[in-house]
Amino acid sequence: MQKIILAKTGNEAMALAMKQINPDVVAAYPITPATEIVQIFSQYVADGEVKTEFVAVESEHSAMSACIGSCAAGARTMTGTSSQGLALMYEMIYIAAGLRLPIVMADVNRALAAPINIHCDHSDTMGCRDAGWIHIFSENAQEAYDSMIQAMRIAEHKDVRLPVMVTTDGFIISHGMERIDTLSDADVQSFIGKYDPMMHLLDIKKPFTVGAINLTDYYFEHRRAMVDAQNNALKVIKEVGAEFGKKFDTNYGLIEKYQLDDAEVAIVALGSTCGTAKVVIDKLRKQGVKAGLLKIRVFRPFPAEEIARALENIKTVAVLDRSDSIGSFGGPVFTEVRSALYGSAKKPQIAGVVYGLGGREIDMEQIEGLFMDLKAGKIKADSVSYLGVRD
Amino acid sequence: MSELKKYKELALGGNIEKSGTAVEFKTGDWRSSKPVYHPENCIQCLFCWVYCPDSSVTLKDGQVTGFNLDHCKGCGICAHECPGKKKVKAITMVEEVK
Repeated sequence: MQKIILAKTGNEAMALAMKQINPDVVAAYPITPATEIVQIFSQYVADGEVKTEFVAVESEHSAMSACIGSCAAGARTMTGTSSQGLALMYEMIYIAAGLRLPIVMADVNRALAAPINIHCDHSDTMGCRDAGWIHIFSENAQEAYDSMIQAMRIAEHKDVRLPVMVTTDGFIISHGMERIDTLSDADVQSFIGKYDPMMHLLDIKKPFTVGAINLTDYYFEHRRAMVDAQNNALKVIKEVGAEFGKKFDTNYGLIEKYQLDDAEVAIVALGSTCGTAKVVIDKLRKQGVKAGLLKIRVFRPFPAEEIARALENIKTVAVLDRSDSIGSFGGPVFTEVRSALYGSAKKPQIAGVVYGLGGREIDMEQIEGLFMDLKAGKIKADSVSYLGVRD
Repeated sequence: MSELKKYKELALGGNIEKSGTAVEFKTGDWRSSKPVYHPENCIQCLFCWVYCPDSSVTLKDGQVTGFNLDHCKGCGICAHECPGKKKVKAITMVEEVK
């Protein structure tokens, strides 16, 4: 195994991972800031670098519909989208998961209109968090690249068979260039292996029906089976992450703890903000402040037990949400983390902080300020505050 | 219908893993009226068989024998299309009573 060091933006990294996976079908529609992923990929198709059938559709609803058709037909299938595009897929998102089709999607997180906004927040994928898709966040382009490759294995695992979305933060990761370690095509191919669709519609010897109606007699049972598949995914994601680490030197789990074990104050975050927080924590540690970070890499399945265990000895915790659940008590990450802690004998004081909506800047000073406020007890437990909004 | 399965016994994604299973799913029970066959008035033109949207007209050796009421929805198209013998219908619709 030899790693090739390249300078890539998040979009380029995801497109490269797709090229090395060399799926049978990609059906996609361009949307900012994910446009480049399929744009670059379509160039690979045009240049004959992949054997993929590229379906240029007229909308994201059709993109996901085509993906469902091709995946049911037995083809390894991928797509990419963002924001309003994902919202337009919404109806088909549920169908892809319910039919247990292992489609892999690159989603570049972006705010949802109105008002129209093209910048990063997590509202788009959080909006379909209950659909049954596995949901993996990336801290940087490297993780986006690595997670795309792992996603194929996770989705296709016989105990899972659910679609996976791998996300990056719009513009922050998607358009920021970084140094990344890439694998050879052969290494990627040997890691993902040959796709076994188990049953597929083009198998004329075994005709079967996909998408039959399930009324009161069976719908509930099929949704219940998806819960088991999500629970199985907790183990499978760790196994695939560990195998990736063994082969390519970078381990992946459901969560990542950074200076957390002896921390007094900590934040919980997703995506690119974790990278910024790590730099701040390094600085604060030098000043004697026991600050730590819990990064949630996998939001679905939600690793509730691991999170509860990781936070049980911390005094005060702020959970950062880059999306809001308007009308709820805090953003989706806060409500779920708080719920995960409810049954713990030992638990921290915990507050929700909504930040960065529509690409609003989150910088080192703000995160440092947050840690200092936590330390000084200025952030009230069980409260929800809005960081960086003019009030 | 066969006994309902538990969630762990189901095929992945609700797939129906063989063909021709619709015959097991009785769809005639929402019918409010049903066709009645009067063979003495039948000229075996098979219009009813052609027009039936549910393939519920039963034949034997190319001759109408009656209806499969497990799948007939009672739409009455067969009775409407039936020319009968000397304008006396071979199919009439009667109200379904329990």
